[in-house]
Amino acid sequence: MSGILVYALHDDEGNFNKNSLGAISEAAKLASEIGGDAGVVVVGDVSDDAAAGLGAYGAAKVYRAKSAPEGLAQPIVDVMAKVIADEGYSYALFGGGLLGFEIGAGLTARLNAGVTMEVTAVKAQDGKLVAERPVLQDSAIVDVGYVSEPGIIIGRLNAFDTNETGGTAEVVDVDVELSEWSTRARMVTRGEQRGADVNIEDAEILVGGGRGLGAKEGFELAENLAEAMGGAVAATRAVVDAGWYPYAAQIGQTGKTVAPKLYLAAGISGAIQHKVGMQNSENIVAINKDQNAPIFEFCDLGIVGDLNKIMPKLTEAIQAKKGG
Amino acid sequence: MKICCLVKEVPDAAVQKRIDENTKRLDRSGEKNLNPFDTHGIEAAMQIREGGVADVDEIVAVTMGPDSAVRALHKAVALGADRSLHLSDTALEGSDVNATGYALAKLLSSEQPDLVLLGQQSDDGECYTIGAVVADHLKMPSLTQVIKIDVADGKLTCERQAEYGYDTVEVDLPAVISVGDAINEPRYPSLKAIMGAKKKPLEAKATGDVGIDAGEVGEGGSKTQVLAINPPPEKQAGEIIEDEDTNETVEKIVAWLDERKLI
Repeated sequence: MSGILVYALHDDEGNFNKNSLGAISEAAKLASEIGGDAGVVVVGDVSDDAAAGLGAYGAAKVYRAKSAPEGLAQPIVDVMAKVIADEGYSYALFGGGLLGFEIGAGLTARLNAGVTMEVTAVKAQDGKLVAERPVLQDSAIVDVGYVSEPGIIIGRLNAFDTNETGGTAEVVDVDVELSEWSTRARMVTRGEQRGADVNIEDAEILVGGGRGLGAKEGFELAENLAEAMGGAVAATRAVVDAGWYPYAAQIGQTGKTVAPKLYLAAGISGAIQHKVGMQNSENIVAINKDQNAPIFEFCDLGIVGDLNKIMPKLTEAIQAKKGG
Repeated sequence: MKICCLVKEVPDAAVQKRIDENTKRLDRSGEKNLNPFDTHGIEAAMQIREGGVADVDEIVAVTMGPDSAVRALHKAVALGADRSLHLSDTALEGSDVNATGYALAKLLSSEQPDLVLLGQQSDDGECYTIGAVVADHLKMPSLTQVIKIDVADGKLTCERQAEYGYDTVEVDLPAVISVGDAINEPRYPSLKAIMGAKKKPLEAKATGDVGIDAGEVGEGGSKTQVLAINPPPEKQAGEIIEDEDTNETVEKIVAWLDERKLI
């Protein structure tokens, strides 16, 4: 069977991660093209209904390892390696995110498998999967194939869209003995919130601020506009390094990857390190006084001008529009 | 306690990078540098040594790569490592992530480290993954993208930002930890350290010296294959407005947003 196995991450309340659900839908679509099913691994305390409910995203079978802890990679590597060995899955697919990278990497070593990461698309060719991975700062895309099974595919954040088709999955409990080294890391606290950081990854509208805001105080312009639009504020690495804005809001190669409906870049040049974190936004609007800024090459609407003049008036205009 | 720092030589950030059409590998000619992310791993090792809680006997810089990679080791030593280890062998050329992780794990096994530190990503490729690959080959616990490490009683307390906020994780030694660049501010090497770096012991190893099965590495031992290299899809150029009359500009922006139902 040319099945595809996915790992679905959940929080302490039992809510599944958006990137995981996207990976399930992607796996279901690809599996049907290569003649197999999508299986899903969940660990920890997941109810029967929640597990079976993953069928709505395309899962045929859900393997639940109740005794394995959620949130750390290596126990999940143990579970996935056993399910792949017992059930003969041909591929493992991960949605973007820290844990997917770690589990995918660990599974690669465990199974002596091939891995491709930062994958933005997967296609079926002659009954096999080929992963597309952008390289060299997205200036080229390589098609990567697998010499042997299983093949491991780790998606870039937001690479795979969810697709709710309805249905329920068969739930199977699996008993897995953890490797000795998998038990030597223990979660002390999980998901601690620090400061008033908003979850920029879930925001539909983001106002990103860069060096062009001029100073820490300049972020007030971004905050006011974001508030008027009902969005959140994000930042480039340069301004986070400069202490103008908290790290939790950092977008780009060393920060978060976002794909909101609207990304409004204020005073951001659009260097590749930032671009990789926001280029999948549905609409990109840029305000920058430098007409040669790289961001004007990939934005949808670009305004060459002084943001100190434009942003307050734009904020007012949007408030007026919403109010009226 | 012995700490091994994995380092990598990468093309300098300023170099225009390209893929060699024949080998389908990254063309690594041109100016090179120590992967900036790895300098944070060395700094983390130095701070553990200087922190006084753990007794660090030795910090060893470890790399795999061609002859030129020696320069990355010199930089690592200038930043504080006591000596270095260089795995170099034509048999390793074209190794994919798993083959590279396997080879590095074999090399590290010959040193029996208590802690392996590395940067969470390299400027030129195997983002976020190599630490976890090496760890599983070594059968050691691991954590990646760590932004704070405390050492006490033979274990580490690590913090990192995960999907739902900050996680604090306790990890027993020996372990493999990849660090994010928010963990520290790497120091600048002193002129004396730079001058002295070439005099510190540097040991060269070939695959046979550390028990690497040549069939498991290089292009032949790799499980992935680059099938094609394509240009990225063309993105249509957006609309550009030069701001002359700000009221008019704002009106245009609002209309544009409104048309797309973004307000």
